[in-house]
Amino acid sequence: MNHPTELRYSKTHEWVRLAGDRATIGITDFAQHELGDVVYLELPEPGKTFRAEALFGTVESVKAVSDLYTPLSGEVLEVNAALTEDPGRINSSPYDDGWMLVIRISEPAEVANLLDSAAYEAFTAEQ
Amino acid sequence: MASPILNPGQAPEPLLYEQSVPGRVGYALPPLDVPASDPISLLPGVPLRDSVPLPEAGELQVVRHFVRMSHRNHAIDVGFYPLGSCTMKYNPQITEEVVRLPGIADCHPYQPEEQVQGEMALLHALERLLCEVGGMDFATLQPAAGAAGEFTGLLIIRAYHIHQGESRRDTVIVPDSSHGTNPATAARCGFKTVSIPSNERGRVDLAALRKVVNDRTAAIMLTNPNTLGLFEQEIREIAEIVHEAGGLLYMDGANMNAILGITRPGDMGFDVMHYNLHKTMSTPHGGGGPGCGPVAVKAFLEPYLPTPVVARDGDQYRWDHHRPQSIGKVHGFYGNFGIAARAYAYMRTQGGEGLRNVSEKAVLNANYLAAQLSDAFTFPHGTRCMHEFVLSADRQKANGVSALDVAKRLMDFGFYPPTIYFPLIVKECMMIEPTETETRETLDDFGAAMLQIAREAETEPEIPQAAPHYTPVGRLDETTAARNPVLAYNCCA
Repeated sequence: MNHPTELRYSKTHEWVRLAGDRATIGITDFAQHELGDVVYLELPEPGKTFRAEALFGTVESVKAVSDLYTPLSGEVLEVNAALTEDPGRINSSPYDDGWMLVIRISEPAEVANLLDSAAYEAFTAEQ
Repeated sequence: MASPILNPGQAPEPLLYEQSVPGRVGYALPPLDVPASDPISLLPGVPLRDSVPLPEAGELQVVRHFVRMSHRNHAIDVGFYPLGSCTMKYNPQITEEVVRLPGIADCHPYQPEEQVQGEMALLHALERLLCEVGGMDFATLQPAAGAAGEFTGLLIIRAYHIHQGESRRDTVIVPDSSHGTNPATAARCGFKTVSIPSNERGRVDLAALRKVVNDRTAAIMLTNPNTLGLFEQEIREIAEIVHEAGGLLYMDGANMNAILGITRPGDMGFDVMHYNLHKTMSTPHGGGGPGCGPVAVKAFLEPYLPTPVVARDGDQYRWDHHRPQSIGKVHGFYGNFGIAARAYAYMRTQGGEGLRNVSEKAVLNANYLAAQLSDAFTFPHGTRCMHEFVLSADRQKANGVSALDVAKRLMDFGFYPPTIYFPLIVKECMMIEPTETETRETLDDFGAAMLQIAREAETEPEIPQAAPHYTPVGRLDETTAARNPVLAYNCCA
């Protein structure tokens, strides 16, 4: 499974790509693999603010409905509207076409709580 | 060229539309002996179509089509159906005999009370039997099924808190193993839900429960035995914690088949419960109804029951509509009488000893089967269970054979696959509930099939991965069906 080293990860299986005060968020290759084919996705509107570990949406696969959690606190700047139209991109391209949100980070210190790729892979191995 | 068919049950069955031949009919009308009229002149202002695209076929074609389709159904009358959490037991034919008695089949809800005293006596007696089994005081038979029962039960709880001047109680606690309907019901009734984790023994974590109860707690919704097939031994402590915080206990009766005549929710401290008559009391399953999900309550909640209730004055029964604190009606008339009559027939033919025997055999069968599978599959919470058990196919998954593949492969052996991927807290899980109505031979056959699939996962994983091999259709494309559902047949496409 593919967990790029330039990303950071949460224990609830979201990835974070950091760029200044912005963070792009999606779900990991491990998560999409566990879920199976994604058939439905619900994402928040831009402008909403979330605390870290808050519920920001749901993803439904042929197997189950799962909650999505923001790894970091912040305000939603952009939402991947194309993804709700074609949620299969979460399976085919979890880190590129499958991005879900861009947020403006409000609590930069929280970044330290995230896992790097090696720690995330060790975490998933225990699961 | 014609090709021989090994098993006629496997042959493709065209849709009736595909078999349609223009002008072919299954009827013969006598010659018209009145003047012919133009339909447009008879139905002024009604838009008429030139043609209705319905299939045209003869009677025998239609009969064969539906009989052949029916052969492809799996049903408890065809084979083993160990669908965990659903209690797919055999429903004795006597219950169908009873509901066809004229006094039961031919009554009407608009008949005056004096003409339906017998039917009302039956409803009242069923309420008493259910209260006896559940350790509760009063019951309603109105709710249409389990989820409607949950809805009714939580409305009663909400009405109670409001009446106590505690409308701030807006939170319902559910364990992470709970049935999905529980949080859905709470949300539908305007409550917030708080999920609490299970402990390593698969039971409610008391410390976690203590942390979340407060003066906002309206209720906790539990199933006992729980969704892992495990009895919540600390139910008394759970009841104490929730009651001390001012909350009530709601019991989801989905798993009553494990405890009939052995223990009672009312004695455990539950205040409200529903029964799934189709699971426990031998009424028909699913199909969109009609159903019946009675709700029973402790005496202090009786004023809130849906209106009307069956009242008994000596030997006379009447509908009591004067219920000022009632939550209102949750079904037309008094629910689905025919379903209540089946449940009554079942409970009376079993009797008290018989019902206890049901649960003892259901638990024995589940433990017998779990023991057969204990070496080949992982049992994260042990193999001692109540009426059902949850195993994990994680070792098979390591060889590329998922719980889904095991389930699909079971169909090749003529078994309905168990519930899979639920509860969500066990990976690659399969939830197996054999019920009390299966013979030891059937359990052995199922166990042998599971063990063979476990061996295949090690030696020939491609067999389960490509299963089923012997069904009319194999793996349907669920993804495309979910992403691009086509919900109507377009005959003209």
